[in-house]
Amino acid sequence: MLRLSDVTVRFDGVPAVLDATLEVPDGAVLAVLGPSGSGKSTLLRAIAGLEPTATGTVSWDGEDLTRVPTHRRGFALMFQDGQLFPHLSVARNVGYPLRLRRVRGAGARVAELLDLVGLSGYGDRLPATLSGGERQRVALARSLAADPRLLLLDEPLSALDAGLRERLAADLRGILRRAGTTAVMVTHDHDEAYAVADRLAVMRAGRVVQEGPIADVWAAPADPETALFLGYARVLRGAGAAAVLRAAGLGEGAAVAVRRSALTVDPDGRLVGEVESARATPDQVRLVVDVDGVGKVDAVARSDRRPAPGERVRLAVDATRLATIPESPSADPSLD
Amino acid sequence: MRRPLTLLALAALPLVVLGVFFVLPVAGMVGRGFWPDGDFDPGAVVEVLGRPRVHRVLWFTVWTSTVATAFSVLLGLPAAYALHRLAFPLRSVVRAALLVPFVLPTVVVGIAFRQLLGEAGPLGFLGLDGTPVAILAGLVFFNVAVVIRTVGAAWETLDPRPAESAAALGATPAQVFLTVTLPALRPTIVSAASVVFLFCATAFGVVLTLGGTRYASVETEIYLLTKDLLDLPAAAALSILQLVAVVVLLVVAGRLRAVPDPTVARATARPQRPRRSDVPHLAATGLLLVLVAAPIVTLVVGSLRVDGDWSLELYRALQTEGTGQALTVPATTALLNSLRIAVDATWMSLLLGLLVAFAVTRRSHSSAEHRIRGVLDGAFMLPLGVSAVTLGFGFLITLDRPPLDLRDSPLLVPLAQALVALPLVVRTLVPVLAGIDDRQRQAAASLGAGPLRTALTVDLATARLPLVAAAGFAFAVSLGEFGATSFLARADRPTLPVVIFRLIGQPGELNYGMALAASVVLAATTAAVMLAVERLRVPALGAW
Repeated sequence: MLRLSDVTVRFDGVPAVLDATLEVPDGAVLAVLGPSGSGKSTLLRAIAGLEPTATGTVSWDGEDLTRVPTHRRGFALMFQDGQLFPHLSVARNVGYPLRLRRVRGAGARVAELLDLVGLSGYGDRLPATLSGGERQRVALARSLAADPRLLLLDEPLSALDAGLRERLAADLRGILRRAGTTAVMVTHDHDEAYAVADRLAVMRAGRVVQEGPIADVWAAPADPETALFLGYARVLRGAGAAAVLRAAGLGEGAAVAVRRSALTVDPDGRLVGEVESARATPDQVRLVVDVDGVGKVDAVARSDRRPAPGERVRLAVDATRLATIPESPSADPSLD
Repeated sequence: MRRPLTLLALAALPLVVLGVFFVLPVAGMVGRGFWPDGDFDPGAVVEVLGRPRVHRVLWFTVWTSTVATAFSVLLGLPAAYALHRLAFPLRSVVRAALLVPFVLPTVVVGIAFRQLLGEAGPLGFLGLDGTPVAILAGLVFFNVAVVIRTVGAAWETLDPRPAESAAALGATPAQVFLTVTLPALRPTIVSAASVVFLFCATAFGVVLTLGGTRYASVETEIYLLTKDLLDLPAAAALSILQLVAVVVLLVVAGRLRAVPDPTVARATARPQRPRRSDVPHLAATGLLLVLVAAPIVTLVVGSLRVDGDWSLELYRALQTEGTGQALTVPATTALLNSLRIAVDATWMSLLLGLLVAFAVTRRSHSSAEHRIRGVLDGAFMLPLGVSAVTLGFGFLITLDRPPLDLRDSPLLVPLAQALVALPLVVRTLVPVLAGIDDRQRQAAASLGAGPLRTALTVDLATARLPLVAAAGFAFAVSLGEFGATSFLARADRPTLPVVIFRLIGQPGELNYGMALAASVVLAATTAAVMLAVERLRVPALGAW
C-alpha cells in the first residue's frame, strides 16, 4: 500500500505541493484530478522520487522510501507522451526493464505484453513510425514489463485525440484490472478519471482538497470549486439552492451543485422560468433559463421540443444529478 | 527557376571569394607539387610518400591526434555535464574559464606549456619538456573546451524525461547514462570528437613551439618543407594527403553520427542541485580547472619575474625591439597591427559568413535546391580541414602576379584570417537561422514585407546576438592566427603571434621574457573578447 504523509515539494522556496496525505490500497487505481498548475504532476514525480520532498514521507507497506532513489523504488512512471526511447525498436523498448534485470526469456514476456496492449507484431517498428495511441500502448507495456509494485501514469491519454482517448481509457482500465496493478494516474480530465480509476483525489493550488472512492467524491464534492471542476455546471446558494432542493424533494442545504442535465423541460415540472437562450446539440437542446426565485440555471430539453427565447417553461429536477455541498468558509461568492 | 537564382546571387560573393582566395591558392600549392616544371610529373609526389621521415611524421600525427582526442572527450564529458546540468556557485565563472583555452592563440598555449614543463618550470622535474607528452597536454588543453562547449550545449537542452523514464523503470544512474543519455548524445559527441581530431591533426602553433624539429606533425612538416627546405613537391604531397585524410574523416564521422531516429526531444532542464553521485563529476571538473589554470598561471607569473623579483620590466620591454634587434618593430606596434588586421578580418568573415548562412538556411523547395545548399554548406567548411600553412603559402605563390598581385596589399593577411575564421562564423549563425520557424517569415511576407524587410524583421532580429558572438569569435581567431599569417605577414608589419614566435627563436633572456609578456597581453585580449561573448549566452559552437 502506498502512503503519503504531509508531503511538501518546493521549487526555490515556492511550494508546488503542500502537506499532501494520501493512501492507495493494493490493486486500486487512484486518479489525481486537478487543473493545470495544481501540483498534481509534481506530486506524481515526488512519489516516483524524481522531485526531492521538502518535508513528509512516501512509504510503501510501511517502508519509508523518501530517501530511496527512483530506480530502487519499483515504481514505474509512464509519461504524458510515452517517452519511448527513439533509438530502440518497440520490442527493445518494452524489453528494456527486463534487460536491466537480466531476466531470462525476455522475448516471450515482451510478446505477451505487446499482446496485452493489442500490438502483437509491432516489435520491430521504431517509435517514430507509430501513431500517438500506439506509442502510449507501447509505453504502457514497457512500464508493465518493469513489473512495478506501483504504476504511475502522468496524463497518459491527454496527448491523444478525443475519440481515441475514450477507447484507450476503457482499454487502460481493462489492462490495469487484468494485470492487478496498483496505479496512480494524474489527469485534468474528469471523464478520463471516471473511466479508468476507482478512487479519486482532487488537487487545487498544491493541496489535496478531497479524496475517496470515485462515486462518493462525485456525489458529494467537498466545496463549490471542486464541484465545478468535477463537471457540475453551476453552484447555487441561499434561496435558489433551497428552491431547487425543494423541487427535487431533498432536504435543506447551504449550497447545491447542479449538473447541466439536472433540470429538464417537463410540463409537470415544479419550477417555472423564462428561456434566455437555446442551443441545439445532436442529443438535446441546451437552454439557459431564468427561473423564478432561483436565477439563471442551465437546463436541457428533448430535441423535438425547441423552446424559443422568451418562452416560459416548466422544469423538472433530477435529484441524482445534484450534489449538496457543505458551505466552506473559503467559498468564493462570485461562483454562483 | 527564380529561387535557385536568388540562392546563387546570395552565394555569389562568398563563392567568388572562396574560389579566388581559397581554391586558387590551395590548387596552386598542390599544382606546384604535381607540375614541378610545368610538366605533369607525379613521380616526385609518389617518391615523397615513400620517405621514412614522412611515414614517421604521419604516424606521429595520427597517434597524437587520436590520443589527444580521446583525452579531450574523457575529460570534457564530466565537465560538460557538471557545467550544464548541475547548479552550483560560480558555475558561470568556471564555465567561462574553461572555455578560454579554445581561443587562446596556439603560440601562447605552446609557450605556456614550455614555461610549465621546462627545466625551470614548476613541473620541470617531470622531465616532460620536449616530449610528445607535452604536445599531447597542449592539444588536450586547447580542445577540451570544444568538447565541453559542443556536448554541453546539447546536454543542457536534452529532455530529462527519457532518463527519468528509464530510472522509473529501474535503471541505475550508470545504466541510464549508457542506455539513454549516451545514445542521445552520441551524434554530438562524434561531432565534437571529429572536430577535435581535425584541430589536433592540423594543429600548428602548439606542435611547432613544443615539438621543435624533433617531433613534427604533417602540418609543421609542410611548414618546414616549404619555408626552410623549399621542397615544394614534398609539401604539396603532404597537403594533398592531409586534404584526403580530412575528407575521409568527415565522411566517417557522418556515418558514425547517423542514428536510427535523429530526432531528439529538446527541452531545457532546470539545473539540479548536485547529489552525492555527482561528486566524481564535480571533482573531475575541478581537476580540469587546475589543469587549465596551471600553464596560464605559470605564464603570467613568468612574465612578472625578473631575476627573482616581481617586476613589470618585461612589459615595459615590449616597447622595444628586443635584445640584438630581434624584431623589426616594437612588440607594441605588432599588437596594434594585430588589432587592425583583426578588425578587417572580422568584418570580412562576418559579411561572407552571413551571406553563406542565409543562402544555406533558406527553405528548399526542390531536392535539387536542397542538394545545392548541402554542397554550399560543406564547401565553406573546407577551410577547417585545409592546413592554414598550405593556404598561406598558396596565397604567396598564386596571388603574386597581375591581375591578382596582392603581395603588398594590406588586405592579404585579413583575407586569409577571415577564411580561417569563416567556418566558425558560419557554424555560429547557421543553427540560429535554421532554427527560425519559416512560418515567421511567411507571416511577415503575408503582411506585406519584401524579402529584405523580412530578413531584417525576422532573421536579423533573432540573429543579432549570435552575430555579435560570431564577430567576437572571428576577432579572437584572427588575433591568434599563426599558420597562414606566418607566411603572409610582411617583415615590417608583423602580428603579435608572429613576433612571439620570433622572440622565442632568438637568443637572450630578455627576448624570452618579452615573449612571455607578449603572450600574456595577447591571451588577455582574446580572453576579454571571449568572456564578453560568453556573457551574451549564445549557444555558439553548438552545432558542428
